[in-house]
Amino acid sequence: MDGQQLAAQSAAPAPVLPTQAPPSVSPPKYTDDRLLIDALRRGEEPAFLWLVNRYHGSLLRVARTYVADSSAAEEVVQETWLGVLEGIHRFEGRSSLKTWVFRILTNKAKTRGVRESRHITFSEYERAQDEEDEPAVDPAQFQASGFWTDHWAVEPRPWDDATPERLALSKESGALLEDAIEQLPARMRQVLIMRDVEGVDSKEICELLGLSEANQRVLLHRARARIRRLLETYMEGETRGS
Amino acid sequence: MNRKEMKLHAIDYLAGKVTCKEFTEAITDYLEGNLGLFMWIRFQMHLGICLGCRRYLRQMKQTIRTLGCLPSEPPPPAVQDELLRRFRTWKHERPG
Repeated sequence: MDGQQLAAQSAAPAPVLPTQAPPSVSPPKYTDDRLLIDALRRGEEPAFLWLVNRYHGSLLRVARTYVADSSAAEEVVQETWLGVLEGIHRFEGRSSLKTWVFRILTNKAKTRGVRESRHITFSEYERAQDEEDEPAVDPAQFQASGFWTDHWAVEPRPWDDATPERLALSKESGALLEDAIEQLPARMRQVLIMRDVEGVDSKEICELLGLSEANQRVLLHRARARIRRLLETYMEGETRGS
Repeated sequence: MNRKEMKLHAIDYLAGKVTCKEFTEAITDYLEGNLGLFMWIRFQMHLGICLGCRRYLRQMKQTIRTLGCLPSEPPPPAVQDELLRRFRTWKHERPG
């Protein structure tokens, strides 16, 4: 924080920083974009904190696909939040609020990436990985010949219904998942985080990332298939372990 | 050709010979509402006769739900405090 801001802060009337981090549990009213936007425009701190706590992690993950190191990514995300504040009065709601926040992030991250003149994101290696014709299922799981060619040789084993919540909320498998997402090639990671982790509309993702719809679905499909395989392996390990 | 194979040929004919491999590759198109009508019908018919693909589809849906359930990661307290300071500065300088 620079001196000017410090001065501005000390000149400001009452508000004192809370000593404890506010609870990350979201008040349900903010799930409605319009209410959230109005609250932000009125300068309500809980609304801003809710938004920050809700999206900071995903923004950081997407930022890391553009810039070289994690401190640069952290800066890009902070710039994004300032961009949100600067722009919130002009936001017209033509996209959802989260899409708009992701757009600010990708713009800031791209500018930053160019400034650093580092093209780590779409290196030739990753481009090759993206374009590689990677099957969703290991071909060895299908019959190689005969009448049943390309039908299951080994059917997937069933998962129980409680799987998603259990896996996402357990510390061990949650960390494993985060790690697996981090290992995905950049473009798969961007699409998967925006679409499946944050539920951004797929057309808006295409526009944001400059992808064709077909291309976006291919990336999404491969990313999902990789994560499914990871979960499958994890659960097989669990079964063997127990 | 035995009876079982004849029956499967008939099903294949009606279902337009969708293999499990093709099915597993078309799942995201299906879930994102992007299969053409005929492909959608074939997809449904294949689903009706194939336990392995029913399981695979279900697991892909569970995978997506798992990703959607991942808890959000709030920034560390120091970052949060800094953002809050910026927010307060903004609040006093903002238009209106």
